[in-house]
Amino acid sequence: MPIPSPFHERTSPLCTSYRWKDWGGYCAVSSYDTSHEREYFAFREAAGLLDVSPLYKYEVTGEDAAALLGRMMVRDVTKLKVGRVAYTCWCDDGGKVVDDGTVARLAEDHFRVTAADPTLHWLHALSRGFDVAIEDSSARLAALALQGPTSRDILKCVTDADLDKLKFFGVTKAKIGTNPGWISRTGYTGDLGYELWVERDHALATWDALMDAGHAYGIEPAGLDALDVARVEAGYVLLANDYFSAKKVVLESRKSTPHELGFGWMVDLNRNFIGRDAIAAEVKRGSIWQLVGLEISWEELEALYSSFNLPPSLPVTARRDALPVYVEDGRQIGQATSHTWSPILKKYLAIASVHRGFETLGGKLRIEHTVEYERRQVTATVAKLPFYDPERKRKP
Amino acid sequence: MSAKQYDAIVVGAGHNGLICAAYLAKAGRKVLVLERRHQVGGATTSEEIYPGFTYTCCSYVVSLLRPWIIRDLDLPRYGYEILPLESTFTPFPDGRYLMRDSDPERTRRSIAKFSPKDAEVYKRFGQEMAELGRLIKPLIDDPAPDPLSRDPRELLRLGRLGKQLRGQGDEWLYANVKMMTMSAVDFLSERFECEELIAPMAISGIIGTFLGIRSPGTAYVLLHHYMGEIDGSFRAWGLPKGGTGAIANAIAASARALGVEIRTEAPVAHLLMKGNKATGVVLENGDEIQAKQVVSGLDPHRTFLKLVGEEHLDPEITQQVKRFKMRGSSGKVNLALDALPDLACLPGPGPQLTGGITIAPSIDYLERGYDEAKYGAFSKKPFMDILIPSLTDPTVAPPGKHTMSIFVQYAPYHLKEGAADWPNQREAFGDAVIDTLSEYMPNLKDRILHRQVLSPWDLEQIYGLTEGNIFHGELSLEQLAFLRPMAGWSRYKTPVDNLWMCASGTHPGGGIMGAPGALCARTMLGKRAV
Repeated sequence: MPIPSPFHERTSPLCTSYRWKDWGGYCAVSSYDTSHEREYFAFREAAGLLDVSPLYKYEVTGEDAAALLGRMMVRDVTKLKVGRVAYTCWCDDGGKVVDDGTVARLAEDHFRVTAADPTLHWLHALSRGFDVAIEDSSARLAALALQGPTSRDILKCVTDADLDKLKFFGVTKAKIGTNPGWISRTGYTGDLGYELWVERDHALATWDALMDAGHAYGIEPAGLDALDVARVEAGYVLLANDYFSAKKVVLESRKSTPHELGFGWMVDLNRNFIGRDAIAAEVKRGSIWQLVGLEISWEELEALYSSFNLPPSLPVTARRDALPVYVEDGRQIGQATSHTWSPILKKYLAIASVHRGFETLGGKLRIEHTVEYERRQVTATVAKLPFYDPERKRKP
Repeated sequence: MSAKQYDAIVVGAGHNGLICAAYLAKAGRKVLVLERRHQVGGATTSEEIYPGFTYTCCSYVVSLLRPWIIRDLDLPRYGYEILPLESTFTPFPDGRYLMRDSDPERTRRSIAKFSPKDAEVYKRFGQEMAELGRLIKPLIDDPAPDPLSRDPRELLRLGRLGKQLRGQGDEWLYANVKMMTMSAVDFLSERFECEELIAPMAISGIIGTFLGIRSPGTAYVLLHHYMGEIDGSFRAWGLPKGGTGAIANAIAASARALGVEIRTEAPVAHLLMKGNKATGVVLENGDEIQAKQVVSGLDPHRTFLKLVGEEHLDPEITQQVKRFKMRGSSGKVNLALDALPDLACLPGPGPQLTGGITIAPSIDYLERGYDEAKYGAFSKKPFMDILIPSLTDPTVAPPGKHTMSIFVQYAPYHLKEGAADWPNQREAFGDAVIDTLSEYMPNLKDRILHRQVLSPWDLEQIYGLTEGNIFHGELSLEQLAFLRPMAGWSRYKTPVDNLWMCASGTHPGGGIMGAPGALCARTMLGKRAV
């Protein structure tokens, strides 16, 4: 049974829809209202406040902290400057992805790792011989994501940190309200946004400070349904949905490599890290899968529904049921693992894994669509990820 | 004289003019758009009337902008963003209220306070209307079929349409025919029993017309509003980010990217005519610009009586144009607010303020408002459709402050004292609006930082809407489809050679729909419609 998060006292009365889900063992709001629409638009037009405390968090400290994480991560985080955050994934020896998350360098010898899955064991297993201390700060730290175009204005009202200087993927120590904490310019919505990290005793005060200040800027508490739409638009993959941890699957074929997930840009083969040799061999050989974005033809959907004498209809939330993807001749060449209607782009979008060779931008594929229990197919065009990438996301 | 030769000049950069220009440019035509005002959009406009506050001055919601136009012109890329308008809140003077929103159960419970029976019927009614709307939809995505045409292609199309409609069964046909002729109140009263629901629902039948909710023919206009379509789902109205002007800007940006040249502050005086042929335009500054085709984005009155001039028209046509009813019936009051006002029946912030707020407490209330208008006075207790856009789109007001858009009916263009008396009555009209609204929002007056009152006369003066008609001519049955703007000339072509019409005065009519502009361009290009 999931337990309350540090913000539960605030989120619970607001969650009038009673729509909760289990996220990492915590009660997490799916949507505060019966529809997540307003929360989604807060992310895109104002600011959404999302409890992300269930994220796994680890403090890696000590002289060898950089070296340990350098060995673990496919990305060279040893070069990370203090006050910077890196998005990265990590692999097993076979070069298959275990998880993805962020690494923040809070001090020369202090890193904070966030992960979707518990990672303490993995960190410990790798740390033999390294002079480091590892703390699982998951329960100690409460975390909030404040995402959306007015997030900076809101945050400015409650913090002493110089937010105009905090660049995309920067992190800084800050006073939030009256309490100390950390602010990083990161998030999972692909928009201007921040994540705040505070001691769990300060959770409620932080929430209150943000909600009070946010009132004038259209702040809305937001749940995971809204996040799910935003993250598909942002082209972010989700562990245990768009791919599976190499340590948790039975079939080898279910594992993914960084290149297959669009993480190839993180990989520096000129250094030693776990999975390096296998990845080098894969690069030589070529990957089997490619992560792509798909835009599903609205005209064809409309025509399809019209042939049933129905208006077109799509699920109201982002969906995680996989849909087979085909080529014209009927061969199945992949699957769409997340799909959603994008209210801002006015397009039906999917994140899919397809066999190598079918990832060419503009390429025409077919995706399954069921109408009245009948399985049909409509055209899906390979599109660039992220689908939605507003300038304000990285603008100073 | 300009040396450049244009394939087409579009007069007026309203949303339809811009859309028409964009489609023409997309087909490789060299297009010039001339706009009298300092900015594009026409009545699709947002303006910073009071520092820091962006008013969505005239049109204030969007629902009918055709999805295929949004796709064809790639509007989301140019800043077209529509935020959801979730609810309609109707307060009553006695402190009760009705809330209808996207949650069917919540809506059912709210209606059940007034009538448990109506609460059940309401959902079914929505489906019924959506179904009707879906069948009528092809009519707004195509030029209007003309039953008097002798063109075999036209007859084929009519035949297909007839077959499709017959396929819906007799019951459907009866319902539809009834709908065409009944009043909104009668039509709704066949289904609902409680007035608290009928009154606010009926207003969709009269918005922008000089009719009352008990006037025959208003039921059909209800349907027009039910066709509201966003993201392909029916009956959903939305709020454009940055006001409706942002839509015009997005269309203009898309048009420019397609090569359209847009000149603002370039008022056109009249057309250049050679016999019965339009050959270009003359600007008010005397400049002449030639073009192979001229497209008017103005209403039919202005197009024929001002741009062309009676001297160039067959008297028969002049007569028809003059008979085309404009007679604006509504005004706008836009406010800048220091803080959110409280509703007496449900104080504090909350969903009751974030959607539409409708002041339509009873059928008689609305009908009495119409009575006053019939005899040339604005309604002292008008119907109002209110929005606080800044609650959903904080960019339109400074932090913590708000904008309020109030659509007001009736405000007849033709006052008893004459339309020219509007400047004398404008503020009294604004006072009537604020006084009435204050009965529902007692602290409203204390929060007003600035007030803009737009009477139909102002709409004519500022935006060039003849007689202040927001739809370029009333959306009443005798002025729709093959009769819009006049029999025999419903296909965007005009009796003047090389002159076309692309705006709301043509089929399928007004609202931020874009279909007239796009269909005009397609017709000019000799293309089949959608």
